[in-house]
Order: sequence, then C-alpha cells, then structure tokens
Amino acid sequence: MKKSFRSLNDTTTPWIAAGLFCAVIVVHAAVPNEPRSGYEYLREESKEMQDDEFMNPGMQTVETGLALFNQEGQSGESCGSCHGEEGEKLDIQRIAMYPVFDEELKKPVTLQQRILMESENRLGNKPLKYNGKESLALETFVRHLAVGEKVNVKTDGPMAPYFERGETLYHVRSGQLDMGCTNCHDFYAGMKIRANTLSQGQSNGYPVYRLKNGRINAIQDRFNQCYRQFRADGLEYGSDDAVALEVYVTARGNGLPIETPGVRF
Amino acid sequence: MSGFRLSTTPALAALALGAVQAAEKEYCDWEVDNFAVQQPLCGLQGDAKRGRTVALNRSKGNCLACHQMPIPEEDFHGNLAPPLNSVGARYDPGQLRARVVDIKQINPNSLMPSFYKHPDNLNRVSEKFRGKTVLTAQEVEDVVVYLSTLKQE
Repeated sequence: MKKSFRSLNDTTTPWIAAGLFCAVIVVHAAVPNEPRSGYEYLREESKEMQDDEFMNPGMQTVETGLALFNQEGQSGESCGSCHGEEGEKLDIQRIAMYPVFDEELKKPVTLQQRILMESENRLGNKPLKYNGKESLALETFVRHLAVGEKVNVKTDGPMAPYFERGETLYHVRSGQLDMGCTNCHDFYAGMKIRANTLSQGQSNGYPVYRLKNGRINAIQDRFNQCYRQFRADGLEYGSDDAVALEVYVTARGNGLPIETPGVRF
Repeated sequence: MSGFRLSTTPALAALALGAVQAAEKEYCDWEVDNFAVQQPLCGLQGDAKRGRTVALNRSKGNCLACHQMPIPEEDFHGNLAPPLNSVGARYDPGQLRARVVDIKQINPNSLMPSFYKHPDNLNRVSEKFRGKTVLTAQEVEDVVVYLSTLKQE
C-alpha cells in the first residue's frame, strides 16, 4: 500500500512540476508587454538615420512646420507671436499628454486638432485639412519640441470612455482578412512578415518618416495603411473613432520617449 | 442577410439584394466536426499545381507572409507561424481544410485570415472586397490538395 502510494507520487511529481511551469507561462503571457519603441526594431542604418538630425528626412518637415508656425494669419499674428518664434514658450510636458480632454468640446482632441483649432479661431485662418501637408508639418514641428519627454496620456476620468472605445477598436477584427491590431502587435512583435519585422505598433515616434513610402506619416494615416492591408475601410481623420484609437494606442506607450520625427520602415 | 443595410431607394435595394443573393448562391456552407471540415467545399476536386500558385500569390493565399515553406526560390519566408514543410504529414485533408477555411474555429487568437468565412460575418470590409471570400471554394480545395503533398520534414 505504502509502496504503491509512493510510486503514484513519483509519477505525479513531474506532472505537478509541468503544471506549475505552464501556470507560470500563462501568468507571464497575461502580463501586458513592456512598451518598446518601434526604434528598437529598426536596422542599425535606420537608427542612425533617425538619430542624426542632418540625415533624418523628417527634419525637413520640422523646418516646414517652423516656417508655418511663424507665418502671419488673418489676425496679423502667428503661432510664434504667443508661443515664441521657436515655440520655446510651449509646455513640452503638456505636448506629451496629447490627446487631452477638451472641456469645451467635451471630448478628447489630438495635438493636430488643437493646432488646427487655434489656427482657425485665434489666427482667423481658413480651416486646414486634417493630415493635410501644412497641418502635418505644424504637428511634426510642435511634437518635435518635446523630443525625449515621456508620453503621458490620461486614461481615467473623462478620458476613460474614449480610451475604452479605442481599446475595443484595437482588438476588434475587421476587413476581409479578419484581423485586429492586437493580433500582430500584441502577439508577434519582433517576428517577421516576409522580410518585415513587426513592432509593437507604438506611436511615440509619430509623425514618422516611412522609408517604405518616402514621406512623413501621421498616426491616423498609419492606422488606415494597416486597415487597407487587411482590406478594411479606414477611419475618417479626426473622427471620434480615429481619435479614440489614437488615445488608446498613444496611452499604450505611456512612458516611452517622444522621438518625433521618427524614422520607420 | 443579417447586418446588411437596406439602401434608401427601392431600386437600389432590389439591386443590392440581388447581389447578396448571388453571393449566397456561390457560397457553400461547411461544418467543423472534431477540428476538421471533412466535405470538400461545394463538392469540388482540388489540384495541387494550381494550389501551389494560389499559396504563393500575394493577393490570394500569401502563405509565405507568415509560414516557412519548401519553396527555396522565394526569399524571406515569414517566421511567426508554424512551418508548413511537413504539414501534409501532420494533418489530413479535412483538418487542413478547417484551417484554411476558418482557423479561428480552432485557435480564436490566430492572426491568420479566414479564407472562406461567410462575408456577412466580416466587419467593415472595404468596398472592393465586400461580399466576397478571400479564396473561392475551388481555390481552397486546390490549396488543401497542395498542402497534403507537403510530407517531408
């Protein structure tokens, strides 16, 4: 009796050990990934390109943005009139918090929306197109001011429903290929789709210069490039859904340093 | 039909309805039993040579995007999914068919497209691809036969 009990014990021990091991793996997998910038998935040449201001093609857009920042509007003033010619009076910690909740609109606004609203309402300019060349250049310039500042998007209080909406959009499958953001960027970061390395899909480098299309890319443009790949309708720029997804994706990278203009594949 | 939005004018609605019915006529239902779809879609017979072409085509199977395959003439096979080199030895045709038709029946977290899922059960499909499956029933059968031939490690 005693002997058989011990032999049972001998055979079960490895199973208990294996079970514990699996439990550890399951718990580990359930912990969200530590945020990693898309920079870390780049080849060395691309990292060097981003790091060197003279080599980084995105810096041209920053220069364009700087010129627009000091361009007089209908009111006779420019962004620079209040914020300093180099934008030095802007609060870079505030820049790193965008999208932020707007008390008047009662919803979150992206950094670009804020710039477009100011241009129209304060400078009396004609409304600029969301993600148009000028809008994107202005956003790139302003966000570049906060390089190195840590992304710090609020997800609680009035931001919570938008964060949650974005989280849903991030996880829902869409398109004929029936995929969601999470299926690649939460599960397979670091692995290869053909020759391309998947990243976590972090937004801290945005707007980024993409080597693939040779131009500066807004984050909401990048969302739609993915959607097009899985044969889904994109989200309208500046729409509540696009902003909600930007809120979630940006907050998902809270703590990562702003790299604008990043260089990405 | 569920989830299909009726257009505002009756003529357009009738047209759209016609299109949906046509799509449904072409679509053959399938059933998963014990992680396999035993019956060939629409009772069609596949062809391995055509299946290889479909598997390689970037706008059809595009298997190399994620899987390694015994196709040395193509560079840069993806590595985030299991290699398919001996998949025909591991799974029988019914099991392969289930995985090509709708992998999420087996692994709900999979990122692999469902190549033959009912178009009504897809979300926000862009206009060009609306109402269509990724592969036709014939193409699915061709791929299944091709994959069945991959038996070497």
